[in-house]
Amino acid sequence: MTDTPTGQQDTAVGGPAQPVAGLTGRRRPGEAVFRGVATGAGILILLILMLVAGFLVFQGSPALFADPAKLASQGYGEFAAWVLPYAFGTVWAAVLALALAVPVAIGIALFISHYAPRRLAQPLGYVIDLLAAVPSVVFGLWGSLVLAPAVFPLYKWLNENMGWFPLFSGRYSGTGRTILTAAIVLATMVLPIVTSLCREVFLQAPRLHEEAALALGATRWEMIKMAVLPFARPGIIAAVMLGLGRALGETMAVTMVLSGTRNITFLLLTSENPNTIAATIAQNFPEASGLKTSQLIAAGLVLFLITLVVNMIARWIVARRAEYSGAN
Amino acid sequence: MKIKPFAAAALVTATALAFAGCASNETSAAGSTSASGGSQTLTGVGSSAQKAAQEKWVATFQTANPAITVNYSPDGSGAGRTQFIAGAANFAGSDRPLKDEEMGAGTFAGCAADSSALNLPVYISPIAVIFNVDGVKDLTFDTDTIAGIFSGKITKWNDAAIAKTNPGVTLPDANITAVHRGDDSGTTNNFTDTLNKTSPTVWTQPAADTFPADFGGEAASGTSGVIQAVSGGSNTIGYADASAAKDLGKASILVNGKALQPTAEAAASILDHSKTVAGRDANDLAYTLDRTSEGVYPAVLVSYAIVCQTYKDAAVGALVRDYLGYIASADGQSAAATAAGSAPLSTALQAKVKTAVASIK
Repeated sequence: MTDTPTGQQDTAVGGPAQPVAGLTGRRRPGEAVFRGVATGAGILILLILMLVAGFLVFQGSPALFADPAKLASQGYGEFAAWVLPYAFGTVWAAVLALALAVPVAIGIALFISHYAPRRLAQPLGYVIDLLAAVPSVVFGLWGSLVLAPAVFPLYKWLNENMGWFPLFSGRYSGTGRTILTAAIVLATMVLPIVTSLCREVFLQAPRLHEEAALALGATRWEMIKMAVLPFARPGIIAAVMLGLGRALGETMAVTMVLSGTRNITFLLLTSENPNTIAATIAQNFPEASGLKTSQLIAAGLVLFLITLVVNMIARWIVARRAEYSGAN
Repeated sequence: MKIKPFAAAALVTATALAFAGCASNETSAAGSTSASGGSQTLTGVGSSAQKAAQEKWVATFQTANPAITVNYSPDGSGAGRTQFIAGAANFAGSDRPLKDEEMGAGTFAGCAADSSALNLPVYISPIAVIFNVDGVKDLTFDTDTIAGIFSGKITKWNDAAIAKTNPGVTLPDANITAVHRGDDSGTTNNFTDTLNKTSPTVWTQPAADTFPADFGGEAASGTSGVIQAVSGGSNTIGYADASAAKDLGKASILVNGKALQPTAEAAASILDHSKTVAGRDANDLAYTLDRTSEGVYPAVLVSYAIVCQTYKDAAVGALVRDYLGYIASADGQSAAATAAGSAPLSTALQAKVKTAVASIK
């Protein structure tokens, strides 16, 4: 990566042929510029992250350090007690979404990488990627106008006939705008990113391992179980964590679909669902002023931290498994 | 998504300055262009309930006074009050008048040092109780029943309390899904105030912008969100600005044995039955709404324009005087009624507001 090897090459070539612009000088200004641009980009992203964190801390601190009595009268109430249900809602909705999306995503990815004929695999991949390009407002509109009324009869049936199952109990909502619907919408939004990452990882499974498994008499499913999935596990986890990050921060679709209130419940079919932090901020910011604004920004800080922790856990898992998979 | 108020204001100022010269000879219909030479831009921030009405007022006023540019950003009542206090907005639109502790000379950056603010009612709109119930077209409730439904105490449509006020209506044996605003809003404030004033034993919570979390129920974002949740769901009920309710069923409210629909007349009369807040300037028209008087539809949102008694910049004062003079006029009120479905101020009140507006300096 230093200048010397290429420099030697230059003298070795040394012919009278017209040298390519930028490769002429021994100093290589292009090298320096590119290095500068790349380093600058790296620093910039850190700087942006720091500025965002700084903004959240700075603007949110009045609410974080305010007297609880003052928060109760001028804000939304004592901070920790206020933000906890929303933090719960954020994580709960995202976990539900992943529980729905990940099995489907792995299925699609395996189909594309190992089952589908080539002619079908490629267009299918494009279609999945296209799903990622749909704006979240559109998903929100679809969720509230089409999906919620459509799943309502199913929810009613589940509640009336499977109410013994704790998650389906409670008083069902008459609109279908529950956390389960929000999770379905989120799952649809998370699906493309998880699918494409899984597909890439599955395609990288060592060919030799696969062929060895097949040669030893494994069926295709056994081959996938023995050769592909173990190899791909860290990749799948990374994909899931990226999807989780997407689901945690999603605002618009949740705002439009979810009947979000401030409580902690695992029930899936009722009107009183825990709202997410992002949706709460979006809904209340327009009418907020003073301490309420600070409190909403501080809630943003909590969301930022949740996302940070999720990403760090993902890194840690991937790093821990890297050795194992790298041995292949 | 939203254009920043500063940027918009700067842009409009520039435009206004560029055109100010050309338009100086124009005659004006709705008011006199007394503010010549100074700033020709008027900035208002506030209530989103006033949005449709303000858009209409701005359009009509600017057509009549091409030299003047009026900006109204419907950022919310809270934002309006904050920006007015900070002097960033020339006037605020607010779904409630300023409280006593928020008033006082010297607290407003845009006003002269010895001047307090004036609260002027400019926009009245009835809040309708909307419902979507299988096979039911008309419903009548007393306020106790409405409070019971929205506080989660009445949970079935065939509850005896509902059946009592709706003889002859076949009510389904179905769960009630009561939809409220999930975001903070003046509509919620006025609706909860109504229930708190008319049925204090059932609705134990005070009026608030945020719907009380203890009462549960379905939440939806914004007026359109509530309308959509009610119309898209089954056996639902909600509350929203009457003009937005469209073809949904609007319940009548029983007031002293008389069923009242959320009409403009029934709503506007509330200010004729209410008293202004005591201890304020004669020109301050902040009302304490009396929601229990006879013949008055109780769930009404009254939205105010908050202005300075005396502006630091007399030219701005003149602009505000002209603009609000138009808003309070019969023309302005009927324009809002057509555009936004609001209830025009009664003639007596129009006169009061006009007197108050004339005192702005």
